Amino acid sequence: MSLKPESTKRIKEKVLPATKPKKKLWKNIVRRYDLYLMLILPMAWYIIFLYGPMYGLQIAFKDFIPIKGYWGSPWVGFENFQRFFSSYYFWRLIRNTVTIKVFSILFGFPIPILLALLVNELKNNKYKKVLQNITYIPHFISVVVIVGMLNLFLDPNTGVVNVILHSFGIKSIPFMQEAGWFKPLFIGSNIWTNMGWQSIIYIAALSGVSPELYEAARVDGASKLQRIWHVSIPSIMPTVIILLILEVGHFMDIGFEKILLMQNQLNMSSSDVIATFTYRTGILDGEYSYTTAIGLFDAIINFILLIVINQIARKKTSTSLW
Amino acid sequence: MNEQVHKVNSEDRIFNIVLNCMAAILIAIVLYPLIFVISASFSDPSHVVNGDIWLLPKGFTWEAYAKVFHDAQIWNGFKNTLIYTVLGTFINLFLTTLIAYPLSRRDLPGRTIFTFIIAFTMFFSGGIIPTYLLVKNLGMYNLIWSMVIPNAIATYNVIVMRSFFQTSIPWELQEAALIDGCSNFKLFIKVILPLSKPILAVMVLFYAVGHWNEYFNGLIYLQNEKLYPLQLVLREILIQNQASDTDITASMAKQTLLAESMKYAIIVVSSIPVIILYPFVQKHFVKGVMIGSIKG
Repeated sequence: MSLKPESTKRIKEKVLPATKPKKKLWKNIVRRYDLYLMLILPMAWYIIFLYGPMYGLQIAFKDFIPIKGYWGSPWVGFENFQRFFSSYYFWRLIRNTVTIKVFSILFGFPIPILLALLVNELKNNKYKKVLQNITYIPHFISVVVIVGMLNLFLDPNTGVVNVILHSFGIKSIPFMQEAGWFKPLFIGSNIWTNMGWQSIIYIAALSGVSPELYEAARVDGASKLQRIWHVSIPSIMPTVIILLILEVGHFMDIGFEKILLMQNQLNMSSSDVIATFTYRTGILDGEYSYTTAIGLFDAIINFILLIVINQIARKKTSTSLW
Repeated sequence: MNEQVHKVNSEDRIFNIVLNCMAAILIAIVLYPLIFVISASFSDPSHVVNGDIWLLPKGFTWEAYAKVFHDAQIWNGFKNTLIYTVLGTFINLFLTTLIAYPLSRRDLPGRTIFTFIIAFTMFFSGGIIPTYLLVKNLGMYNLIWSMVIPNAIATYNVIVMRSFFQTSIPWELQEAALIDGCSNFKLFIKVILPLSKPILAVMVLFYAVGHWNEYFNGLIYLQNEKLYPLQLVLREILIQNQASDTDITASMAKQTLLAESMKYAIIVVSSIPVIILYPFVQKHFVKGVMIGSIKG
């Protein structure tokens, strides 16, 4: 093919931009029709199972009666929300949800980072591997088993913890039945379960730091701690910020499956959170509209927090999710 | 870089000792509960209940395991969980691969729209109740399907897999195949999938562990005890303290004792399959988590 028609074609493209790219786009789509075929099934799943429930959120503003369906049930405006805000449980649920999450972030978030720094500093490779592989194990244990282990270890009569307390002359403590112990136990066991697994990302980020940076710091006379402070930590800062944003963006979701298992009548005052309340009132008692409104309230707070923290991170550190 | 060449000053030496001690303490904290559970499961129930066990088993016996393996309810839970795990993981793998590959193609028109549609669900969702109502309306309530379909795709895993396709399979290779007249399907099956074994292994691990440990979907969607997954059976025994089938021949006191050490045995038995899976895929999964940390 000679060059001439090619070049005139190009000029035409410039002259008639409105029709040409559209045609090209269409051609591109047709040529890759099989990729779209692949997408059909999974996208249908997304629409049905993740966007379907979003459509179902409308019942938060309705008095949902299952027989009448989504369409037939009458609108009630913000009645369900008002009922929640003025409910006896409202402040208790908010207080528990917020304190559990704040303490989880305060204690649970830095520990995987510290573990990663520790692993990074260990010079003996075998020892390093042992530490890593052992700290991963609890991640694979189910929540049911973790809570079962807590019950067994903390049993007031036969649990190993109370047996040890006994040998020091301390009276046994019914840990799982006392409201005051609920939060420390929940957060502590979460740290035990997750620290190793969560440290993987930081270890990966640390392994990407150029050895020359450490070398330069050493030549400048920096001690080990100074090298960690001035080289290691700044290098993993972007990763830390991204994970912190994600953590805050899921502020109201606090591993309620585990809370549900740890919950009993005696520790309710400090273990009842929005999600467990939703489960009890919604699924067990069938108050669908009311609990959907509570769930929506939760999701909106999460979403707002996500946007706010992402904005702050972008302004202050120039690292952000989008 | 040779470590010996540099003079290690005393401050650094102390620092190293402190680090090694901290590592040892951490290993002990993580391992102690696990070793204790194993020891207690092999010990005479009376020692377990009296708190005589510190580290090693006392009065070695298989009794607790024998009881676990004779428990019909546990076997049934095991069988159900095995079905949910195999079927569920298969569905997960199929759908996740189908969506992750096209989304990794930089020449796919509309890629950003599709990615947005799926990524949005990571930050906003309809919540428990609307999902529960949907599953009920679709007629999946109290059926196997409620255990495998509502969680058929995890968006995080889609993103991990997509990142793998983008970073580990050279685009030039795919382009060359396409120019040679290879169809997208053929490219996917003949080129992409054989090169993706590491990520497929990671996905099998992530999803299979998820199914194996799943209890909440069973709790809300299943009413028929015959369909209960293992974790729900465990919940009844470990948390609600409902010891299963009672053996009338044994004395009541012995029965209660045995129920205690049986709890330890059941923890071991239920966790073993996942722990066995772990070494096979271990070399891959760290990479999987790392790929997941790549932004985008």
